[in-house]
Amino acid sequence: MSERASVPGRLPWVLVLPAVLGLVFLVLPLAGLLIRAPWSTLGRRLTEPQVLEALRLSLVTATLATAICLVLGVPLAWCLARLSFPGRRVVRALVTVPLVLPPVVGGVALLLALGRRGLVGQWLESTFGVTLPFTTAGVVVAEAFVAMPFLVISVEGALRAADPRFEEAAATLGASRWTIFRRVTLPLVAPGVVAGAVLCWARALGEFGATITFAGNFPGTTQTMPLAVYLALETEPEAAIVLSLVLLAVSVVILASLRDRWVTSP
Amino acid sequence: MSLSARLRLVRPAFRLTLDLDVAWGEVVALLGPNGAGKTTALRLLAGLTRLTEGEIVLDGAELRALPPENRPIGMVFQDYLLFPHLSALDNVAFGLRCQGAGKAAARRAAADWLARVGLAGHTGARPGQLSGGQAQRVALARALAIHPRLLLLDEPLAALDAHTRLEIRAHLRRHLDAFEGATVLVTHDPLDAMVLADRLIVIEAGAVVQAGTPAEVARRPRTDYVARLVGLNLYRGTAQGRAVEVDGVVFTVAEPLDGPAFVAFSPSAVALYRSRPDGTPRNVWEARIDGVERHGDNVRIHLEGPIAAVADITPAAVAELDLTPGTHVWASVKAAETHAYPA
Amino acid sequence: MFRRVSGLVLAAVLAVSACGSGEETATPAAGAPAAAATVFAAASLTETFTELGKAFEAAHPGTTVKFNFGSSATLATQITQGAPADVFAAASPATMKTVTDAGLAANPTVFVKNKLQIAVPPDNPAKIESLKDLTDPKVKVALCAEQVPCGAAAVKALDAAGLKVTPVTLEQDVKATLTKVELGEVDAALVYQTDVIASAGKVTGIPFPEADQAINDYPIAPLSKAPASDLARQFVELVLSPQGKDVLTKAGFQAP
Repeated sequence: MSERASVPGRLPWVLVLPAVLGLVFLVLPLAGLLIRAPWSTLGRRLTEPQVLEALRLSLVTATLATAICLVLGVPLAWCLARLSFPGRRVVRALVTVPLVLPPVVGGVALLLALGRRGLVGQWLESTFGVTLPFTTAGVVVAEAFVAMPFLVISVEGALRAADPRFEEAAATLGASRWTIFRRVTLPLVAPGVVAGAVLCWARALGEFGATITFAGNFPGTTQTMPLAVYLALETEPEAAIVLSLVLLAVSVVILASLRDRWVTSP
Repeated sequence: MSLSARLRLVRPAFRLTLDLDVAWGEVVALLGPNGAGKTTALRLLAGLTRLTEGEIVLDGAELRALPPENRPIGMVFQDYLLFPHLSALDNVAFGLRCQGAGKAAARRAAADWLARVGLAGHTGARPGQLSGGQAQRVALARALAIHPRLLLLDEPLAALDAHTRLEIRAHLRRHLDAFEGATVLVTHDPLDAMVLADRLIVIEAGAVVQAGTPAEVARRPRTDYVARLVGLNLYRGTAQGRAVEVDGVVFTVAEPLDGPAFVAFSPSAVALYRSRPDGTPRNVWEARIDGVERHGDNVRIHLEGPIAAVADITPAAVAELDLTPGTHVWASVKAAETHAYPA
Repeated sequence: MFRRVSGLVLAAVLAVSACGSGEETATPAAGAPAAAATVFAAASLTETFTELGKAFEAAHPGTTVKFNFGSSATLATQITQGAPADVFAAASPATMKTVTDAGLAANPTVFVKNKLQIAVPPDNPAKIESLKDLTDPKVKVALCAEQVPCGAAAVKALDAAGLKVTPVTLEQDVKATLTKVELGEVDAALVYQTDVIASAGKVTGIPFPEADQAINDYPIAPLSKAPASDLARQFVELVLSPQGKDVLTKAGFQAP
């Protein structure tokens, strides 16, 4: 995309002023964290095995959760955007349920569905001997549950904005539905998919309520960074600040490098 | 006939009825105003819109039940719809890949096609980097590369500027001449239709109003729309021998005929006078000037009166006669320049 | 999380309403009647304190008692960050110490003690009878995280018994721990006796002798910057009164 020259003239204060206020509102709490952070202990905290373990677990589970969301969420978004079926509005509303549900309630809901005595969980355990709560897989499930709407909504928006006639053009060239999806639709909405995946990953990384409720909290297995932060807050607020900053720094670095590589490429 | 289609589409506010027969190597143009159903007809042929009823038989095979990807068609869209994320080469290779060609073979064939449309040097260009004319040629190459039996062109020249249009029109004509399958072309531009098509079908409001060779249609328009397109004054009246009466004005015509008839004549055949010309009372009527506008090297005068007409007059005559809107004039046409035919 | 947010909102609302009540000075004049007392109390006190609050409002017509229930540590943080609370009732001396160290309260009084029990689902699928049964690796056990009072107490009790339990999860508070038992996700958990009683039959409590080694003290104190200092003092008196003890012991707390 070429750069767009902005209309010359006075700064549009009506827009700039609220924009600046909005930015301050977003950044001010971060400044609070930075100012109160005990920088001297930062290095020591970073090398604590439990912190590294939680960080590793957070990154791995958030990435796996994003992968699951991509595999399931992109087709779901496609169905919502391209197929017309009765009850589509209801389905779309259902997709946003995890957004509205307080995450802790989401965690309880997951327990009721996939827990040891849950609707499906019971069967999973009796048939495959699989139990999800208190396992790393459980963390991934909880994170995917909460983060999926971000991906679906973002990709559906991109699909709706994309001109469906490109798909028709591909069909006249002999492309099957699957080929059209893979070689035309997906590349066209790639920026939307990447944006959705980034949102999804960020949401999964910060996930707390559903994770601790569904997967529990045990160092090395299910204790992700947000859980470690929350528990540190109970006794050592300073440690909690440091852990939050670590999480923040890592995610900012990863997202910034991704953005350069993928988001601005086409 | 290689293509024999009976297209019927019923929508709440629209109905399309079109029978279409196209021979191998023949180019049929669907001509009509916006909203007439031309593009819809193409979409029905391509399978992008479902027929309400009817049939599409190509080469003896019924296409109606087939999805677009299984029809032996190639389509060029009005705004080309080149895939923006693929190079010109990969756009052309896309259909070949879908037909099962290997990557290398598809690209070789695609490069060949690009060369054939004169774009050998642009294989790597993205659609965004191509000019309108280049994009049109890539779209044509993409549609032809898959060796369709039926080629569908939707307003293929509409997105081009006047100069490019001239060049691409000639270019397209050459490729259509070389194409062995059947071609259906949609346009609202009479010149495109005349140059590119072997036969015209004029559609208005979802129904065929006239069909024939370009020369026939141009000579004997049957609706106001067609008359405007080919630039003729057209009237419907009643003929009796060599006289055709249209709303109180009697035209003397060359060919004798009887009953309902059309009378057509060119705007340049109309002469204007400030006072009633002497001689025959036929082919003369009194009119009021409704509008004056430039038209090429001449001036086009819109006349109202017993019959509405346009007249093309030289600027010198306009100045001499002081023709301004509201002026009353006498209009006349030479009998030799009118053309009458049964309605 | 939610409780914390609502607490902050409540605090903000209170701050605004305090400004509106015409009391410009930072410390209100002694004896000036305030309409409302705000009590920050540990989550495990939710049921009992709500009941005592109603009793207080009945005894002091025209007054209202507002509660902010939550994790003791969170409440302590809110208080030290300036939330306008009148009374703080904590589930552990350590969290109260945060507030007294900040000079915001003095001389807290231990008003009840709470004891751990083993909570099991009503059908007790793992056939738990004693603390020792929790060491079986096949038994899924939930404990509170060590950072929260019930977790600290659990560690103390297990240490006293000389047992090593590997839990599947370390929950962020006692209610979350209890939920895991209620839903049958774990076979057993160590929670407070009061929580077992409050669950009203959804879990079964099994007392164990080692619990006596890990008794949790609940301290209460009026806050020194209390906007409604008189009401604060009176509410603390109610909690310490025989009436208060009665409500608390019925819920499973023990007198200090």
